Amino acid sequence: MNELIHMLSYHFMQRALLVGVLVSLCAALLGVSLVLKRYSMIGDGLSHVGFGALAIASALHLAPLAVAVPVVIVAAVLLLRLSENRRIKGDAAIAIISSSALAIGVISVSVTTGMNTEVSSYMFGSILSLSRSDTILSVILSLAVLLLFFAFYPRLFAVTFDESFARATGTRTELYNTLLAVLTAVTVVLGMRMMGALLISSLIIFPAMSAMRVCKSFRSVVITAAVVSVSCFLIGAVASYFLETPTGASIVAANLLAFLGFSLAGKKH
Amino acid sequence: MAILQCENLSFGYDGETVLEGVNFSLNAGDYLCVVGENGSGKSTLIRGLLGLKAPEKGSIRFGDGLQSTEIGYLPQQTQIQRDFPASVREVVLSGCLNSLGRRLHYNADDRARAAMNMERMGIEDLADKSYQGLSGGQQQRVLLARALCATKKLLLLDEPVTGLDPIATGEMYNLIKLVNLCDDITVIMVSHDIHAAVRYATHILHLGHEQLFFGTSGAYKESSLARRFLGGGRL
Ligand SMILES: Nc1ncnc2c1ncn2[C@@H]1O[C@H](COP(=O)(O)OP(=O)(O)OP(=O)(O)O)[C@@H](O)[C@H]1O
Ligand SMILES: [Mg+2]
Repeated sequence: MNELIHMLSYHFMQRALLVGVLVSLCAALLGVSLVLKRYSMIGDGLSHVGFGALAIASALHLAPLAVAVPVVIVAAVLLLRLSENRRIKGDAAIAIISSSALAIGVISVSVTTGMNTEVSSYMFGSILSLSRSDTILSVILSLAVLLLFFAFYPRLFAVTFDESFARATGTRTELYNTLLAVLTAVTVVLGMRMMGALLISSLIIFPAMSAMRVCKSFRSVVITAAVVSVSCFLIGAVASYFLETPTGASIVAANLLAFLGFSLAGKKH
Repeated sequence: MAILQCENLSFGYDGETVLEGVNFSLNAGDYLCVVGENGSGKSTLIRGLLGLKAPEKGSIRFGDGLQSTEIGYLPQQTQIQRDFPASVREVVLSGCLNSLGRRLHYNADDRARAAMNMERMGIEDLADKSYQGLSGGQQQRVLLARALCATKKLLLLDEPVTGLDPIATGEMYNLIKLVNLCDDITVIMVSHDIHAAVRYATHILHLGHEQLFFGTSGAYKESSLARRFLGGGRL
């Protein structure tokens, strides 16, 4: 207990927990729509694009988040278009874009700075390295994501549940799909700081999958996913502090356990 | 004043025309039944009227200031996934989306309308059940309740009685007629039940890759086409 209080007395720890809780919430809420729309691949693709953008930003000594956020937003809109286009194999196109971005990132790292700690933190996450300005930006952006999600909740539900009905009855589905893509992009970039490019998509997918094992209404899935996500983040973060394991991996492990637990509980019903 | 006017419409998939020469117009309050064999282009026309499919040629004009937010729709087949977590209430309420306007969330009126339409469809007991756990006919009623929530002037129904038991089918036809007469809502319904079609509808549109007949149901009954379609039976 004392150690827990000791841990919370560090400024960097407070910042990490604040940003982590907010980003976990964003990821869980958006995750429900993304999983149900079969857009999970987009989250994964975006994380690789995000890595490429961060690597180039660090090679050019630019502010990482300020570069990555707009680049990933553009990529998100593009990937969404691709996955909707039935002529192109959407999943193959996403794979091409994401591995290309990863390759460009790796090359730009190797010819400039080399694999320094900053770059490896994008790969594997290092939540404790959040600077003050990063923290402020992350808090503002994730609050914006949460606000927009709640503001457009009925529309996002309709577009997720039955897009052609929504379109036929006069809802501007493209607008809300784009909104979903933009919110996802922002969340992926913010989440990469703590989870790393390799693990961020699990932050989006796992809580929704766990919640869907036991919940039958959209609302209860959203709420449960949010609770699961934040709890798993806190458990993972605290565990990683005491066990000295990597943060991102610990959070994923916590989510995996939650998923297994929910699956068992779901089977019983 | 025509609420809907189609001129020389044609539709195709990948350059292959499947339906052509569609010319008809409807006035507010009309009840049109679209009939024809499987694959004759009925669903394609409905999707075209809804703006879900662009026509190859021709024009669709809405009169009376009809907006797409005043249309209710029941698809023949939905792309709703099997394991989507949504309660019946959530699904029906989502039909009220097009009356939100600038509002962000549903209000008491929307909830009351959803409740009323669930009651009309006899599914108020299922309100908190999960949509995916229902039987096919129950799901059909839920989607109809959603369509009724969405409609203000025009209701498009693609084979609405599929999967309903005989009693529910009769109730459904009566209900649609009621909505048509009392709420003055124009109805366009695809149906294979030609007897019900001529009984309830004011107009019939018979398709077979092209427009074979359009006119009042009275005129249709007398046409040789109807007799052939019925295999010699009399209406
Ligand atoms: N998505 C599609 N891609 C290609 N061809 C299609 C598609 N949908 C329909 N068609 C073709 O268009 C024609 C008309 O189909 P449509 O679904 O409109 O028929 P329908 O009259 O509704 O039939 P049913 O009574 O079976 O519902 C068919 O020949 C079908 O093969
Ligand atoms: Mg059809």
